[in-house]
Amino acid sequence: MHSWINLNALWKIVVIGLLAGAGLPALFAVGLRALAPRTRKAVPGGAAQEELSGAGTVGGTEPSSGRPGLLSALMAVLCFAVVLAAMGWGIYSIVHNS
Amino acid sequence: MTGNSILIALVVTAALAFDFTNGFHDTGNAMATSIATGALPPRIAVAVSSILNLVGAFLSLSVAATIAGGLVQTHLVTLTVVFAGLAGGILWNLGTWYLGIPSSSSHALIGGIVGSTLAAAGGHAVQWHGLVSKVVLPAVLSPVIAGLVAAAGTLTVYRLMRGVPDDLRVRGFRIGQIGSASMVSLAHGTNDAQKTMGVITLALIANGSLGAHARAPLWVIVSCALAISLGTFAGGWRVIRTLGKGLVEIEAPQGMAAESASAAVILLSANFGYSLSTTHVATGSILGSGVGKTGAQVRWAVAGRMAAAWVLTLPAAGIVGALAFAATRVIGGTAGTSAVFVLLAACVTALYLASRRTAVTASNVNSEWAGSVTPATLSATTGAAL
Repeated sequence: MHSWINLNALWKIVVIGLLAGAGLPALFAVGLRALAPRTRKAVPGGAAQEELSGAGTVGGTEPSSGRPGLLSALMAVLCFAVVLAAMGWGIYSIVHNS
Repeated sequence: MTGNSILIALVVTAALAFDFTNGFHDTGNAMATSIATGALPPRIAVAVSSILNLVGAFLSLSVAATIAGGLVQTHLVTLTVVFAGLAGGILWNLGTWYLGIPSSSSHALIGGIVGSTLAAAGGHAVQWHGLVSKVVLPAVLSPVIAGLVAAAGTLTVYRLMRGVPDDLRVRGFRIGQIGSASMVSLAHGTNDAQKTMGVITLALIANGSLGAHARAPLWVIVSCALAISLGTFAGGWRVIRTLGKGLVEIEAPQGMAAESASAAVILLSANFGYSLSTTHVATGSILGSGVGKTGAQVRWAVAGRMAAAWVLTLPAAGIVGALAFAATRVIGGTAGTSAVFVLLAACVTALYLASRRTAVTASNVNSEWAGSVTPATLSATTGAAL
């Protein structure tokens, strides 16, 4: 069986594939979520949360403020940075894969 | 021109023609989801993919004559064998494109060459173990793995996005989609352009123009990169439509999950030395993104038709390759190969003309799916859509 399937490669492709292929979009989602106006999920459709430049409280501790707080913004930047870095690694692996 | 240089010219022309079909057959793998969700306008999407395929083709230049290595006894491969194999690949690619079925270009090429080798030298010239372990098993496993990854990604993303306003979600994931689709295009350029480079190099080695372990010459690299890029730019709208609209009704977050899964699986497998079919991976991912979203409609009938085409690809392209080889023998020599070349060109033209009658273009690629690749406005069953 082992001469037909490289089981070692297979499980690595599945596990790392899940981490990168599913983990990165999830991380991207976390970043987007952090950017979302802070709102309780009861708001239907989130239609009322449009005015981003409204009375935003710096620090973002107000649950109903229209703009993401500093921590959330940092969180978002961090998430997007990791996603970009992973893409960079992907390109690197294309170039150096021989 | 001597007989041999005519033969080489025919092989190179056929190889570049195959590379072109490879490009437009596979545009959808990277861009179908972005086109379907409106993340990119259709023409822009194929232009971006085309440029990235071009860049990708130059990113890694490690391949020499590896396409047939481990699959057939390369010393038994002659120019006519390569030519007949390419004819099989081209015809299968165009036939499936006409039907809007995303089948694997790599399998079409491998099937064609294995078929013509069988016809030329018999069963002992084929390395069956290599064929199963390097081509058949990965083809069975890769769509399942990609589908699993995409389903997991889609499920997680939709959980995380609960309560996030729709406009932010759509805008954000459209950007993410473009990024992940670009990675797939880049990887496609690297993988698939190199397959044709490998075939031409193989032909040059078979002809004695290059040493046994030579690398692909620069003109081969440049012409293959251009052929696949132009093919991509032509846009295989029929296949794009099936992938973007036929299989699953797709939203931006699903699109990003699907393309990320494709990119991850293709790049990881390449790291372990597996040259997967981008098509199998991308299709598996798109299906997975449909399975992972609760309430999403997955058209299993369309998926089943595709799976049937996948199973048929190797043997069918092989049969065409074998027939093409037999046909070159009827007349024999360079004249025989030239005759088959003319026949091939006639078949290609006929398929193209047939496709014009039910054309799928950038303007109707996203029309509502009404049961077939032909947009409803053109087919008899109007009324279900638009």
